[in-house]
Amino acid sequence: MQILKLLLKNSFRHKLRTSLTVFGIMIAILAFGLLRTVVSAWYAGVEASSATRLITRNSISIIFFLPLSYKEKIRQIPGVKNISYSCWFGGIYISEKNFIPNFAVDAKTVFELWPEFVLTDKQKNDFLHDRKACVAGRKIAEKYGWKIGDTITLRGTIFPGNWDFTLRGIYKGAYKSSDETQFFFHWDYLNESMKKTSPNRADQVGWYVVGVKNPDLAADVAAAIDKTFKNSLAETITETEKAFQQGFVSMTEAIVIAVRIVSFVVIIIIMAVMANTMAMTARERIGEYAIMKTLGFGGWHIAGLIFGESLIIAFTGCAFGIAATYPAANAFGDAMSTYFPIFNVQSETIYMDIAASLVVGLVAAVFPAWRAVKLSIADGLRRIG
Amino acid sequence: METKTAIVQIKNLFKSYKRGSQIIPVLQDITLDIADNEFMALMGPSGSGKSTLLNLIAGIDKADSGSISVGGVAITTLSETELAKWRSSHVGFIFQFYNLIPVLTAFENVELPLLLTGLSRKERKEHVRMALQIVNLTDRMDHYPSQLSGGQQQRVAIARAFVSDPAILVADEPTGDLDRISAKEILDLMERLVHELGKTIIMVTHDPRAAEKAHIIRHLDKGVLNANTQAAS
Repeated sequence: MQILKLLLKNSFRHKLRTSLTVFGIMIAILAFGLLRTVVSAWYAGVEASSATRLITRNSISIIFFLPLSYKEKIRQIPGVKNISYSCWFGGIYISEKNFIPNFAVDAKTVFELWPEFVLTDKQKNDFLHDRKACVAGRKIAEKYGWKIGDTITLRGTIFPGNWDFTLRGIYKGAYKSSDETQFFFHWDYLNESMKKTSPNRADQVGWYVVGVKNPDLAADVAAAIDKTFKNSLAETITETEKAFQQGFVSMTEAIVIAVRIVSFVVIIIIMAVMANTMAMTARERIGEYAIMKTLGFGGWHIAGLIFGESLIIAFTGCAFGIAATYPAANAFGDAMSTYFPIFNVQSETIYMDIAASLVVGLVAAVFPAWRAVKLSIADGLRRIG
Repeated sequence: METKTAIVQIKNLFKSYKRGSQIIPVLQDITLDIADNEFMALMGPSGSGKSTLLNLIAGIDKADSGSISVGGVAITTLSETELAKWRSSHVGFIFQFYNLIPVLTAFENVELPLLLTGLSRKERKEHVRMALQIVNLTDRMDHYPSQLSGGQQQRVAIARAFVSDPAILVADEPTGDLDRISAKEILDLMERLVHELGKTIIMVTHDPRAAEKAHIIRHLDKGVLNANTQAAS
């Protein structure tokens, strides 16, 4: 107990130095936590993917469409439970800076395939029965102050013109990981317009979303779909939703790797700062360590004191850093919700914060502890006077 | 006449230090017996090897050759770990600059050596109170070293030295940093420890007045122990 008291008193003996080191660790843990959360956010779409959903797209590229006629053929394939389709609309709300992921969807089936997007029955019904209706996620509705019944105009880029929609529903995510920033409207509305203005672009969809009866059947169903359209004008690639999302993430993998590296560099820098603090501390206390050794304390007792002190400082900084991570992540997530629709601090991030602090505390104490263990009492006493 | 048994027996002790490639002899062929319950002063000019001899007797330094036996234990044959354990129960240290731990109170400083024993918290408390009572500092037990005078700090250091009841106390210039009155108090206290608690004290000092308190004075010069034993008045 007395040793613990000595440990605590030693840790906060040099108040300014300890405070600055704790502050440094807090900032490092905060930065590490935020960067790790950015990485998690990058993979949020992958993590939120369902094992029972397959995506079928044009084998050349996602930017090439597939005929609407594939829908019934896919439905006939054994193992397929339900099917829906979507198309990236790429509309702009007021100006380019207001990025909204907007899709033309099959209104009848979209919420069957995405049960995690929760709408009230009334709103679902209103959406179904109005061809100009749209549904927005809770976050973007809040961001732009949209209310049910509002008219929302998107300026088309892939599909030129101004497109007016009436907001009939605001969906909420069933899970913390559900994306609440998407915007859906009727594919039929888009298709009708295409039939009039660009008939060659009519009856085309961006991709199919295929629900399978059993996740174990996913590979067989995917192979069967692609086999069905082999040697056709629009061959397909079918993959799990996870693989599909992963494909998008892999396009920006270099950025993710860079963020990861920076997050570890932050920890290495604070490790050096902490090691310097512990080295200074141990050098100042050489005489005291020698005195303790004369009293019968062994080298490992002294090493224990140094490791303990280092860990107390590291974990104090870590606790403050973790406490600061949540409000900082909320603020960051709100500010960057356009780019990171899901920005939640994962429990894994907190475990990594703690692990990083443990490593910082231990590594910083290794050299001073080794010196203290090796310290000859006579040499130590000579330093006192 | 009563013959006292030797608690410290030193035979043919050599010690040298290396400075670069140069070997500097510090102690040369020291043979010395120190009787139980004796108060011995070790005098000599600076660099004569007094503190080195004290460190060797206390088991905090290693000799080049020769043997040292303390209370029947050949400490020159003990490992570092064994020596640390031996020191905790057999030797108490008193330093010139007190060397108390500044973040601990007087009570906690005195308690420190007892943490290595199997004593319960209650037993430790009793021992510490008794030790502080002997050095007449019970009213200052909650004070930190910075709140105590030099003489009071040295009394705390003395209490820390004997609280675990070691047979031998080694003191390196215990009055070197004190004024005359405080120095006298410390020397009187050390005398009491010999007479009332039966301790053996080996004290290194430059001060002839401090040495006068000892039963016996030995002189070291250039690492050689003077053959003459001077009985203090």
